[in-house]
Amino acid sequence: MTSPLQQKLKITGPVVITANRLADGTVVYRGARGDWTTQITEAAVATTAPAASELLVAAVAEDVLVVGPYVAPVELDSSGRSQPGNLRERIRVGGPTFELPGNFGS
Amino acid sequence: MYIYDTFDRTLVNERVAEFRDQVARRLSGELTEDEFKPLRLMNGVYLQLHAYMLRVALPYGTLSSEQMRVVAQVARRYDRGYGHFTTRQNIQFNWIRLSDMPDVLADLASAELHAMQTSGNCVRNITSDQWAGAAPDEVEDPRIWAEVLRQHSTLHPEFLFLPRKFKIAITASAHDRAAIKVHDIGLRLYRNEAGEAGFEVSVGGGLGRTPFIGKVIRPFLAKRDFLSYIEAILRVYNQYGRRDNIYKARIKILVHELGAECFAREVEAEWRTIKDGALALDPAVVADIAARFRYPRYEPLADDPPEVAVLRRAEPRFAAWLANSVANHKVAGYAIVTLSLKPEGGPPGDATAEQMDAVADLADRFSFGEIRVGHEQNLVLPHVAQHDLPEIWRALDRNGLATPNVGLVSDIIACPGLDYCSLANARSIPVAQELTRRFRNLDLARDLGRLHINISGCINACGHHHVGHIGILGVEKNGEEFYQITLGGRADERAQLGELLGPAVPYAQVADVIEDIVAAYLDLRERPDELFIDTVARVGIEPFKEHVYAVH
Amino acid sequence: MPFIKAGRRAENPFVRVRDDDPLPDEIPALVSAERFLAASDEFAGRGAPIGVIWPNKRNVAELAPHLDRLALVALAFPTFRDGRAYSQARILRERYGFRGEVRATGEVLRDQFLFLVRAGFDAFEIRKESDAAAFTAALRRYSVVYQPAADERAPAVRRRFTEAIPLGYSTRTETVA
Repeated sequence: MTSPLQQKLKITGPVVITANRLADGTVVYRGARGDWTTQITEAAVATTAPAASELLVAAVAEDVLVVGPYVAPVELDSSGRSQPGNLRERIRVGGPTFELPGNFGS
Repeated sequence: MYIYDTFDRTLVNERVAEFRDQVARRLSGELTEDEFKPLRLMNGVYLQLHAYMLRVALPYGTLSSEQMRVVAQVARRYDRGYGHFTTRQNIQFNWIRLSDMPDVLADLASAELHAMQTSGNCVRNITSDQWAGAAPDEVEDPRIWAEVLRQHSTLHPEFLFLPRKFKIAITASAHDRAAIKVHDIGLRLYRNEAGEAGFEVSVGGGLGRTPFIGKVIRPFLAKRDFLSYIEAILRVYNQYGRRDNIYKARIKILVHELGAECFAREVEAEWRTIKDGALALDPAVVADIAARFRYPRYEPLADDPPEVAVLRRAEPRFAAWLANSVANHKVAGYAIVTLSLKPEGGPPGDATAEQMDAVADLADRFSFGEIRVGHEQNLVLPHVAQHDLPEIWRALDRNGLATPNVGLVSDIIACPGLDYCSLANARSIPVAQELTRRFRNLDLARDLGRLHINISGCINACGHHHVGHIGILGVEKNGEEFYQITLGGRADERAQLGELLGPAVPYAQVADVIEDIVAAYLDLRERPDELFIDTVARVGIEPFKEHVYAVH
Repeated sequence: MPFIKAGRRAENPFVRVRDDDPLPDEIPALVSAERFLAASDEFAGRGAPIGVIWPNKRNVAELAPHLDRLALVALAFPTFRDGRAYSQARILRERYGFRGEVRATGEVLRDQFLFLVRAGFDAFEIRKESDAAAFTAALRRYSVVYQPAADERAPAVRRRFTEAIPLGYSTRTETVA
């Protein structure tokens, strides 16, 4: 969970590009069609550094749509769908790991 | 508290208009994120893990009941029904949309609240003692000086692009409740031998990657020189602070690299050229600011009213709360009430909109409409008549704000950590929650006495772990959460940094280790009233190490 | 590049002269700090104005003995986040009383115009045309300032005494018992 802002681009498994939507901060993932989706399962998966880099460069260029794109690891589940690959990404999918005050569940 | 005039209000409204324009230009793409980021930070808007976070300034931790209601309304309308009170006396909202920020700021501005300079490389919220204006041991109300400095530093054209953030704290009591020694500038207002009030000025305190305790560079600064001297410090820092490496950009590094004496000479040289200019403080100006502070019209009351004595005998829970959460006020018949935001199992420092409204009502009825926020993330009703204590307690108890654990082991200070913050390496809130469960027994907590646990989710140390009696720092090892534990830190007038206990401990074992440390203390203390921090000072950390690492 | 001087669009008369090029006659010349400080004979008796490009890492005190010979000091913003030149400008104006042109160069953006003016800059080499077009509006963003600086705007602390503004009691926060 070292902040990805300090990461070097080093691919040791499947990764996706994730960011936050500019207008509302929602967590989004870059899809295969160059779109931005809120579902990690629809994210374009890269398995090599050049492929990840290409996705990232395209994402960074979309400064008017998203903020702070970076490369995030995923794990492929038994159906081959992407699931968050570390605790930080699990938290970004599921929200804080405890019940929020004000009775908003996670 | 300080009452705004049309100048103050105009400035805040103009700021809202400016930010509305900046947000619009960002959303349209006219501004890139690189150009926008420092602008939004100067308005307290962060991008976090899940969403944007807005940090609203509560100047020197003071707010009115009306302001609290507006804050509650923002939580309801634009966020998820709660807010988080921070270690710098601000409040944070975690879920607000960027597109809503201008409206949120406009709503806040209608209550004379703002988010100016709560982030960014500029002078941040000037913090102070949450008991200012009420504490018996105070020389004068330090908030007047905090307000003088707040105005001076707000949109100060020269100092909005400093090498790094700049945090100032001020206290006017011998017992420092504002942690001034771990601030970039720490100011202590006191009376010298001649009976004059002035400031002891420390610089270069700070936590984070390279923690330092501040060094005194001027033992006595006259009131007249308050602004010009601080201006000189800021100007030296602006020019000579490092800009090549963000981890070496705080003033503490500059003070360390030059040495305190050399740094002091640089400041004095700059100061000599400006001390008699426009910044020489006319006492009339200070008096004018002071006159804008409204103080309660206290009634003449006696201490220890019978209502309190009766309930204390009849209701042990009230007695426990009274002994723990109620402190002496400088005016007879009054009291300072601390509201614990550390219930068992709760995220430390959070309050729901309902709780905020309840506090606002209680402030109106019982505290002359005034509320405070402490750096330990609790709230305070500063001017409560003692005869109202029974009724306040019942209301607080109903609202989950009367846990009698203020200053005790379960009164944990924690940053938001990896559950919220994009800088974090590990979670802090669940660690705090588990600890409040392990130490839920209030008899035990009382027996342990004053014991400050501070938790930070990363080296940026927003939880102030370096100065916790027990400090817990989240780190990452091979994708897992581990925690380094330190003992013996202090944030008060005897400020010091904690010492590392031993190898980092995995998430699942942290609460066990803390229990072992506490058990060791019970074993090692000379007598029941020897505080944890004093036992550590007396025996050192070796005996604690043996206890903990023998078991694990 | 758009250029603003004294609040309006202008032509920039100064020519940047490289260190190894001769000084042109009769034309305002902008030279590096090294050149200006090294060979002042070169500038003696010169009719046309001379300006110096001053790095933001260098103390402007070095310029103090020479300011009467300078028509222009150009200060630098390598990025807009590097705020050292704000201090340099204020020192030139307020400590040394420099009355020539103080010019902002480098990454000079609209959201800093007002602060630059307050710090004593009176000329701006501006990157974006849209920012230059918004110059006047940017200066009007704030009608209230809290602190004195290099400009003439009266700080609120002074205006409170000189203007008859009633204290704004907010009845919602009145704490009188």
